[in-house]
Amino acid sequence: MKFIGGIDVGSRVTKAVVIDNKRKILGRGTTMTGAYLSQAAETALNKACQIESIKFDDIEYIASTGFGRYQVPFRHIQITDITSNAFGALYIFPKTRCIIDIGAMNARAMKINEEGRVLKFRMNDKCASGAGRFLERVALALELELDEIGSISLGSKNPQTISNICAVLAESEVINLVTKGVDVEDIVQGAHKSISDRIVALLRQVGIENEITLTGGVTKNVGMIKALEEKLEAPLNVSTDSEFAGAIGAALLGIMRLEKKTLAEN
Amino acid sequence: MIVAGVDVGSTATKSILMNENGEIIARGLTNTGANVVKAAERVFNQALKMADVEEWDIAYTVGTGYGRFRVPFGDTQITEISCHAKGAHYLHPKTRTILDIGGQDTKAIKVGPKGEVIDFCMNDKCAAGTGRFLEAAAKVMDITLDDLGVISLKSKKPLRITNVCTVFVESEIISHLAWGKKPEDILSGVHNSISGRSSSLLRRVGVESELTFTGGVSRNIGMVAALKKKLKIKINATEDSQYIGAIGAALFALERASNKSVTA
Repeated sequence: MKFIGGIDVGSRVTKAVVIDNKRKILGRGTTMTGAYLSQAAETALNKACQIESIKFDDIEYIASTGFGRYQVPFRHIQITDITSNAFGALYIFPKTRCIIDIGAMNARAMKINEEGRVLKFRMNDKCASGAGRFLERVALALELELDEIGSISLGSKNPQTISNICAVLAESEVINLVTKGVDVEDIVQGAHKSISDRIVALLRQVGIENEITLTGGVTKNVGMIKALEEKLEAPLNVSTDSEFAGAIGAALLGIMRLEKKTLAEN
Repeated sequence: MIVAGVDVGSTATKSILMNENGEIIARGLTNTGANVVKAAERVFNQALKMADVEEWDIAYTVGTGYGRFRVPFGDTQITEISCHAKGAHYLHPKTRTILDIGGQDTKAIKVGPKGEVIDFCMNDKCAAGTGRFLEAAAKVMDITLDDLGVISLKSKKPLRITNVCTVFVESEIISHLAWGKKPEDILSGVHNSISGRSSSLLRRVGVESELTFTGGVSRNIGMVAALKKKLKIKINATEDSQYIGAIGAALFALERASNKSVTA
């Protein structure tokens, strides 16, 4: 049996998976990325190895992806986020045709075919407005944890519109709303709606087609999933593996590359 | 006769008292904070105290700035665009272009020979290029806002800040620091980034000499230097630049008060 590692060095969290040559996921690991990307990549992959007690050195091929993919010194290949995300999403949900990927620092909308080939994509990486960082800032301003704002937003009855697009200016707006006595759940719900509006606009640019799979760290946020589904009027594919879509895709592309290489060598 | 101008900005609130000759007799400055009304009152009282006069001695008060409608003692409100133009023309009569960098927005204003507004454009949609951008940089670098400019001037090899979004620039600065880059080089890059954004805003109204720099960020000497380097023209920036909105408001108050006394 061969082991292949996929590492997705994201701007906030680094994700890693180990898969075997039958394309079965053997382990998953995550760590905060921080400033030292190669260290984060190693930590995440080590964690993924621990699940099935695989030795790091037994991993035959390592593929990296994400914004920090070039900072992984022990990689054999690096793959763009878009390609790996598409392959990962299709692996998790084989009927995927559209992907929404919301990471900490950017948001992407992709359209793919049944083989995982990317037909069209749009992204916003210029501004934090439609990304996870927007939610982080709102959580910070409200002194809430990022993990809890999603479930808090579900309690909202009168969502408060957040009129600023800029995450920094929205932060001040949120503070003013609190001072005015607006309920926290209504503010948080407003923030989720604001992001979902921007994301859906991005998705419309590539053309909406079912099934739609959500990937990226925001998949852990139930409030965000609900806000997106309401705006789209369609269900979204989400699983506990959604956060690992990039890492899974990288590992899958790693296997393909390895198989080609072995074939050529023989 | 004494008149007052109160400029309620997003970050700082400024006040000016002026006598009938248009001479500034008192200034007030405070953080706006969450309570706009209190900030306006605080800054007004500061100026009254400084001039040693009472509220009833003030013949007319004009409020300006984003919180102008919340100045409870204001006789009227005038937009900050008009007030900045008036104030800048008063301090620097040759002003033809104004760059106002405030806490949350940036404005480029083109003015005529009498200080009248010809054109303006502004960025209030995004914190990039505003005082908030500098505040964010100061915060992540653990440097006071007042020291930013001074430190940036020491730079010999300015770094290029590639992100536009303030939120992303924070991360960019953190990673520069992690790689051991010098604070002055990072800060010089931050100032250059803002001057780049300012100059593209200015170009939309047309840059014509002299340029008067107003708003809280005009106190930052690093910013004045970065703008000079970018625009290559004379830039008026003095101790009173931050008060220009309030000065303009006070001048309007003076006009209104004089008209009022004439008609009465």
